[in-house]
Amino acid sequence: MAEKIQLEVVTPGGAVVSDQVDIVTAPGFGGEFGVLANHAPFLSTIKIGTLTYKKGGQETVLMVSGGFCEVSSNTITFLVEAAEKGGEIDVDRALRAKKRAEKRLAQTQQKQENINQTRAEAAMQRALARLKAAGRA
Amino acid sequence: MASLKDVKTQISGVKKTSQITKAMNMVAAAKLRGAQQKMENFRPYTEKFTAAMSSLAAGMNVADFPLMQAREAKTVEIVVITSDRGLCGSFNANIMKRVQQLTRQLEGEGKQVSYVCVGKKANNALKRGGKVRKAYTDIMGTFQMFNARQIVQDLAANFLANGADEVRLVYSRFISVASQKPTDEILLPVQPLAGETAQGQKGGDYIYEPSTAEIMEVLLPLFLNVMVYHAMLEVGASEHAARMSAMDNATTACKDIIANLTKLYNKARQSGITSELMDIVGGAEALKG
Repeated sequence: MAEKIQLEVVTPGGAVVSDQVDIVTAPGFGGEFGVLANHAPFLSTIKIGTLTYKKGGQETVLMVSGGFCEVSSNTITFLVEAAEKGGEIDVDRALRAKKRAEKRLAQTQQKQENINQTRAEAAMQRALARLKAAGRA
Repeated sequence: MASLKDVKTQISGVKKTSQITKAMNMVAAAKLRGAQQKMENFRPYTEKFTAAMSSLAAGMNVADFPLMQAREAKTVEIVVITSDRGLCGSFNANIMKRVQQLTRQLEGEGKQVSYVCVGKKANNALKRGGKVRKAYTDIMGTFQMFNARQIVQDLAANFLANGADEVRLVYSRFISVASQKPTDEILLPVQPLAGETAQGQKGGDYIYEPSTAEIMEVLLPLFLNVMVYHAMLEVGASEHAARMSAMDNATTACKDIIANLTKLYNKARQSGITSELMDIVGGAEALKG
């Protein structure tokens, strides 16, 4: 695997990753997908989840929240609202967020409030993705 | 002429004021650096986003997306973004002037105007008119993308529910430390992006997942987020720049006042000494007898 692909992860707060990597795996709209060097131009929305990239045998896991990704001319660009490296994630905070989301989900299901339910679900997914990224890193 | 003591207290009062304005100037300078950094960090995101949007929007039918559909604008909502705090010169007044101008123009065309205020100053200035539909205050200091998303969700929902046929954004653009310009933009319906025809051919080669229309469905609200967040960043930076120069002016004015007062003080002291001398001389004369 001599050929590499340029990975860029950009959030509103600035670039998180800008590196030459071997492979990128990301949570796309239709499920996880992997991208190697010289991939065809591609555009997909990104769901909340974990993004994994390998560089020289070393694997890095990132938590990403919603956005989209674009592959063109051997560069893969992720435009996401938030991205955090596994090692930088505050596990306690994520656990607390998970508990909060669980509680809220239970509450909203009783009252059947749709708006709050979607929000709680998104919070839940973010918390889970953070924990997953932190656990594997 | 004012007495010595009066002038002295006045001088020390003005001195204290100048200390405050000087400190505020320095704080604003530091905050401006932070705000500019934020803008700088956000720029790559905006650029890539706009590029992707325009390649995507090429060859797409506007009528398919409710957020892009233009209706006859009978009701217009103006989103006013100002700072939460004052003491920044004519910064907020300039934005409000722009709002008033726009309102007059729109109402002259027979349109109904309502406001959404972001920042306390906008709310304070507009709430008496009773046309404020929603106000977001106390978020300008530490705003996040999250705040922009909240605002956009509400705006889009209102637009789709025919609450407003058009949504405009009034904010202050940060041009340089010395100049900030009030601007207005049309937020909704989403305007077709410039240059989309030029990139049209490129867009055709992409593999889209899901379909282009569905991606667009997701990206349009995100695009609004980007616009509003960007405007908020601009206002944030502008506010600090405006405060910086306002406080700089105030400090200079304080220095002038102090110089004048010192002159006055010296004059008063001099005349005091003179009259004392006269007394002594008079006394000595009398003793000589």
